[in-house]
Amino acid sequence: MQGVEGFIYPNELELQWSVLIVLYPYITGLVAGAFILASLERVFNVAAVRPTYRLALLTALAFLLVAPLPLQMHLGHPERSFNMYLTPHTESAMAMFGFVYLWYLMAVLVLEIWFDYRRDLVLAWRASRGWKRRLYGALTLWSDDISPGALAVDDRIGRIITIVGIPSAFLLHGYVGFIFGSVKANPWWSTPLMPIVFLFSAIVSGIALVMVLYMTLTWIRRLPMDMRCVDTIATYLFYMFIIDFSLELLDLIHRLYEADESLRALDFMVKTRLFTSQIVVQILLGTLVPIALLAFVQLKRVSAAWRQSIYVTAGLLTLIGIFAMRWNVVIGGQLFSKSFLGYTTYKMEFATREGLLPAILVMLLPFVILAVLIRVLPPWGGQDRTLAEG
Amino acid sequence: MSGRFGHYGHVWRVAGLFVGGFAVFLLLRVALIPADFGAYGFYRAGALDDVRAQPAAYVGQDTCIGCHADIDELRQEARHAKVACEACHGPAARHIDDVSIAPVIADARPLCLRCHAAGTGKPDFVPAVAADDHAGDLSCVECHNPHRPRY
Amino acid sequence: MPQDRRAFLKDTGKFIVLTGAASVVWDYVAAGAPLQSPDYDAFEHWWGMILDVEKCIGCGNCVRACKAENDVPTDEPGCYRTWVERYQVSSDDMDHPIVDSPDGAYDGFPAIDGPGEGVKVFFVPKLCNHCAHSPCVQVCPVGATFESPDGVVLVDKDRCLGCRYCVQACPYSCRYIDPRTHTVDKCTLCYHRITKGLTTACCEACPTGARQLVDLKNPDDPVHEFLRTHKVHVLKPQMATGAKAYYNGLDGSVR
Repeated sequence: MQGVEGFIYPNELELQWSVLIVLYPYITGLVAGAFILASLERVFNVAAVRPTYRLALLTALAFLLVAPLPLQMHLGHPERSFNMYLTPHTESAMAMFGFVYLWYLMAVLVLEIWFDYRRDLVLAWRASRGWKRRLYGALTLWSDDISPGALAVDDRIGRIITIVGIPSAFLLHGYVGFIFGSVKANPWWSTPLMPIVFLFSAIVSGIALVMVLYMTLTWIRRLPMDMRCVDTIATYLFYMFIIDFSLELLDLIHRLYEADESLRALDFMVKTRLFTSQIVVQILLGTLVPIALLAFVQLKRVSAAWRQSIYVTAGLLTLIGIFAMRWNVVIGGQLFSKSFLGYTTYKMEFATREGLLPAILVMLLPFVILAVLIRVLPPWGGQDRTLAEG
Repeated sequence: MSGRFGHYGHVWRVAGLFVGGFAVFLLLRVALIPADFGAYGFYRAGALDDVRAQPAAYVGQDTCIGCHADIDELRQEARHAKVACEACHGPAARHIDDVSIAPVIADARPLCLRCHAAGTGKPDFVPAVAADDHAGDLSCVECHNPHRPRY
Repeated sequence: MPQDRRAFLKDTGKFIVLTGAASVVWDYVAAGAPLQSPDYDAFEHWWGMILDVEKCIGCGNCVRACKAENDVPTDEPGCYRTWVERYQVSSDDMDHPIVDSPDGAYDGFPAIDGPGEGVKVFFVPKLCNHCAHSPCVQVCPVGATFESPDGVVLVDKDRCLGCRYCVQACPYSCRYIDPRTHTVDKCTLCYHRITKGLTTACCEACPTGARQLVDLKNPDDPVHEFLRTHKVHVLKPQMATGAKAYYNGLDGSVR
């Protein structure tokens, strides 16, 4: 048989979950990570990252809106997907995820953005004409109150939402890890560490994304870089990366040490089929090199210009590396037979419903949405919260 | 401008939006969940009927013997007594519905060899032959009656 | 308002509400009673299968019969409700058997070189194990796969989303996606046959009696005596799936 080595069960020839299913944890991971960065300022009062607060929220929203798309494109019957809300099987991790997603989208992200932007939305409503006026009117729910008292209410509610939002973000992405980690039939996936590994790699990817976006947009707008902000983000990225890498190492060492039945199949697979994406891309380029770059900046004095180059390089490598991690989990877990006697290959096509082309388009779409959001809800100079507190 | 709700007017509006959405969801539940869902467990009970409704293609050898008792008597004399009619002749449901549609009699050589080819690792209780050595190019039924194979 | 009138109103209110609720519930219950057909009561059966490795000759009759009976695609890759595996186990390396299953054994097995000295060869038929604690049922997000009251794991083709989570969760890889309906499909233990007194297509076609349908709730079923007198095994017992496909003579090298 084409691309088969050893013995696989007859039903295992083709992979069940394609690159689209790789994208889904990647996208929700970026959402969770971006939100955690935003919460650094709002809840933990890390003032240095304030300039990225609104951008992080808009990024999270843009990616969260796109997140269900790869899933719908993958389903055999996407028109039945609403059944997950009508008859959710509570024993199934996947069923409850629909509610977690909805909760996070509506009760956390949308509300937080609304309460933070409300003053600007009302001002825009008052100042605009025509269809823009109608748009902003609707966005404010036709409430005109931006007195200091109302803004104080907004600030307090926003803070509560962010506090609730942090465990919600953990749930949003940790849950995806649980969907994999709870499958006892698959030893590559089945580990209690999976939700935690997913979560920390999500935080790393989200922080890297916002950092790279912020720097890119600052360059595009030809403004001076706020180095204090970027240095702080890079520091948090570095520490989160250390934790993430430690967790992944722990998982690997544990598997190697216990050396149970599945290890032989997994070890062989890593050494052959998965070698490039796991060892080269994920571990070397995507983890060790960015950690080394960020550590270098922590330890040695480097000029601002060099720091910017290092941060962007580290950020982009991180984003590639975390994508490779998702790939290695999802695709890697399907390359070996459950008989542990053989392997198959992933034949990714290009222009089919689950091929590479739709995957690329799905990944580009959030940036398009983000561009629109930045026009409608500019994240620059926004609400000065000290006004409300004053 | 503080209205009836003080400075919480906008909060009540957005809360109302959420409550409205939830109410719509509850209505959708009533409308869209099948009535027999959950009758026996977490599934649509009608699915059991759907599966049961599939037509059968194999009828079972008792039905064959009903008309072909003479073949069955022959079969009882040899070791193929344990082999059901449809094991070699394929599904007979269409023949039962319309006896003019005969079950397909498969080409003997590949059919027989699936059970009787030597060198494939079969257990000893199955008589096995290396077909080319045993019969050259001949079909198995040139020498063996499939209903009473040992002569 | 005097106490007794208040109490009366409260009780009447409760009665009206509860009766209303009960009548709605009753409609739902009455709408779904398909199994009370006159000749078959699902609650009186608990189906399983015995597979006798010592009797299987790898002819592939069961695979062909299943595909014919259930209209399973024969020209699409990876669509097998049942299949047979051939094991060649060397006496000095039980951990690395040579296993093959050409087209699921649809055309039986080809000749092998050897087997060499000290190598034993045997055939293992595989199918859905209709697990009593099925991981595939557990992970289905919408209740589209389930275990019937008589112990058969089935798929509701009208509710399945085709998410493939159940395919991932099955330790035995017995599920697949039907490329024509884009839903999941698998062995139904010929539910449409066994509920009408027939046996499964694979058992019907097996020439050696290596496959036997069993009803564990039937006191006259020979399975009880068989289980008492033979040493049987299930596949992957460490997964604790409650598998109901019992293998007689299963070698330790079988995956």
